Amino acid sequence: MEILLFEVALTFYFAATIVSITELFKGSKVTSRLMFLLVATGFAVHSFSIVYRYVTAGHIPITNPHEATSFFAWCMVLIFFLLHFRYRVGLLSSFVLPIVFSMMLISSMLSREIKPLSPVLQSYWLGIHTAFAFLGNAAFAMAFGIGCMYLVQEHHVKSKRLGGLFGRLPSLQTLDDINYRLITLGFPLLTLAIITGALWAESAWGSFWNWDARQTWSLITWFIYAIVLHARLVAGWRGRRAAILSMIGFLTIIIAFFGIKLLRKGLHVFL
Amino acid sequence: MKVFVVGLNHKIADVDVREKLAFNGPKLEEGLLRFRELPEVEEAIILSTCNRVELYANVRDPQKASESIKTFLSEFHNIRRESLDSALYIYDDISAARHILRVASSLDSMVVGEPQILGQLKDAFEMSLSKKTTGILLNKLMKKAISAAKRVRTETRIAENAVSISFAAVELAKKIFTDLSTRVFMLLGAGEMAELAARHLIGNGVKEVLVANRTYERACDLAKEFNGRPVNFDAFIQEMTRADIVICSTGAPTYVLIKNQMQKVMKERKQRQVFIIDISVPRNIDPGINDLENVYLYNVDDLQGVVDTNLFERHKEAEKAEKIIEEELETFLKWQSSLDSVPTIKALREKAEEIKNEELGKLLHKLQDIGEKEREAIEYMATAIVNKLIHPPTAALKGDTENKELLVAAIRRLYGINGERNED
Repeated sequence: MEILLFEVALTFYFAATIVSITELFKGSKVTSRLMFLLVATGFAVHSFSIVYRYVTAGHIPITNPHEATSFFAWCMVLIFFLLHFRYRVGLLSSFVLPIVFSMMLISSMLSREIKPLSPVLQSYWLGIHTAFAFLGNAAFAMAFGIGCMYLVQEHHVKSKRLGGLFGRLPSLQTLDDINYRLITLGFPLLTLAIITGALWAESAWGSFWNWDARQTWSLITWFIYAIVLHARLVAGWRGRRAAILSMIGFLTIIIAFFGIKLLRKGLHVFL
Repeated sequence: MKVFVVGLNHKIADVDVREKLAFNGPKLEEGLLRFRELPEVEEAIILSTCNRVELYANVRDPQKASESIKTFLSEFHNIRRESLDSALYIYDDISAARHILRVASSLDSMVVGEPQILGQLKDAFEMSLSKKTTGILLNKLMKKAISAAKRVRTETRIAENAVSISFAAVELAKKIFTDLSTRVFMLLGAGEMAELAARHLIGNGVKEVLVANRTYERACDLAKEFNGRPVNFDAFIQEMTRADIVICSTGAPTYVLIKNQMQKVMKERKQRQVFIIDISVPRNIDPGINDLENVYLYNVDDLQGVVDTNLFERHKEAEKAEKIIEEELETFLKWQSSLDSVPTIKALREKAEEIKNEELGKLLHKLQDIGEKEREAIEYMATAIVNKLIHPPTAALKGDTENKELLVAAIRRLYGINGERNED
């Protein structure tokens, strides 16, 4: 049942992604409404599948890579809706849904087996730490998408070629503002994730910081986004530079997330 | 009864020809009344704008009407009659109706999609209505033209992109800044095009207007006009740390702002975006400034490039608009043919027959036990009544009266004959 729900959500996201990519070439009110309907349905089914798995497993379902990537995608769609209703950003879906769909696709290829929870994970920190971490990362993923949009629009304005997506993308300032907002949302969440992670590590392994691969990479990511914010406030690194930096930040997260998984080293082995 | 158009526009006549034929101010009213009084003309509208002079009429005989209208034009404007033959275009019937619909929808305009023409056409129509120079045909056609133009406006993107330099500047500003009302605007120098662009920007609502000019008095004058603040020309670079949108047109022979200076300005602005429009020829702003981050510099040619791209888009949309025009034209022609007397006589007769048969059927059904003779008598009487009742309208329709279309419309309405769908 849970597998079926997941597949249905995946299918809806797939359809929405296809529609949103066609929107890049030819958009209308009808296609954007269709896209929105598909994402909303996919999100509802996806949410239900997560709750269903929670009930079946008896614990928060963010304990293996399949669950984690799925939850990551879910957080992204959540933020997508927030942005959609707050700013009505044109073409946002075309830049963001492909990431969501990729996450879901990766998730679908990983083992979905529900294993008994290892003693280390049996802690109330599981929910708190992972929620902070994934919401924060999802905000950074959205900043990545918005950063892409900024670079495309900036290219149009700078090169004075105003065809293509120019008319339908939002203004540079809007994109820059949203990018900044997302990072100011993601950064405190990442900070909290690192702190709660350290507290959890202390209760589980007896020391706050172990320099394992994930902790180290999280710290590197944290520094990158700290630089993004600092450079913006002090040196006025906005616009293009902010967009590029936020994209680099997200790529670092992706490396941390999947790279470490492939290496299978360190204490965070379960994720 | 045929729609008839005589006229000229920017495509076939230069401005010196157009102005000779224009109906300006009081000449319009006088011209319209004299035009309507021509014996060949039953309805009349004159549309006279800077790009076109067109006379719309309802005529019976296009050949005669064409001669008489040309003579009228040559007399009214004091132009040699022969010179008019090659200067004017003439459309009649379907092509005339199509032409009027295309004009209203701005498909025949110099700048395709420009919105003024519809207003001008409405004014011309209003004038004719107030002077009572139109009737059923042109009234219907004008309403059709106005609704077709509205459909074109809403169903195509023909008027969406800016096609003048000042509109293009505003469009760009809006794609750089979300909200112009929080932005400071500076006009550097003066000049017709710069002032026009400035007016458009300010019209879209900016937070503050600064005006710098080599002559301080001129700066004060312009500042007063734009409700802004005059700035000393030597201090304009300092003011650039505040100004987000700058339009420059100083007439200076060299650059008044070079890259190094702008770099410093950007540092002080904490890299907040700046949009600079350099309208001056020769250019007044170092083009290298566009390489700086968050600085967007456009010169006249760049803006013209934007305008050209947009015009290209408009022409693509115009193809969609032509389809709408054909649809609307078809409904108009359907309505027009319903005004013909022959189908109306036929419809009237059919309607009468239908009523007769229906009533006879009901009555004979009730009187089942009557004989064949009585039955024939009743049928005979019914036919007689019907024929006598519809004889006068039929005779009137067959006769040769003036304003026949009015009569046809009246009869169709009085007898409830459909086919003339009242859409308004």
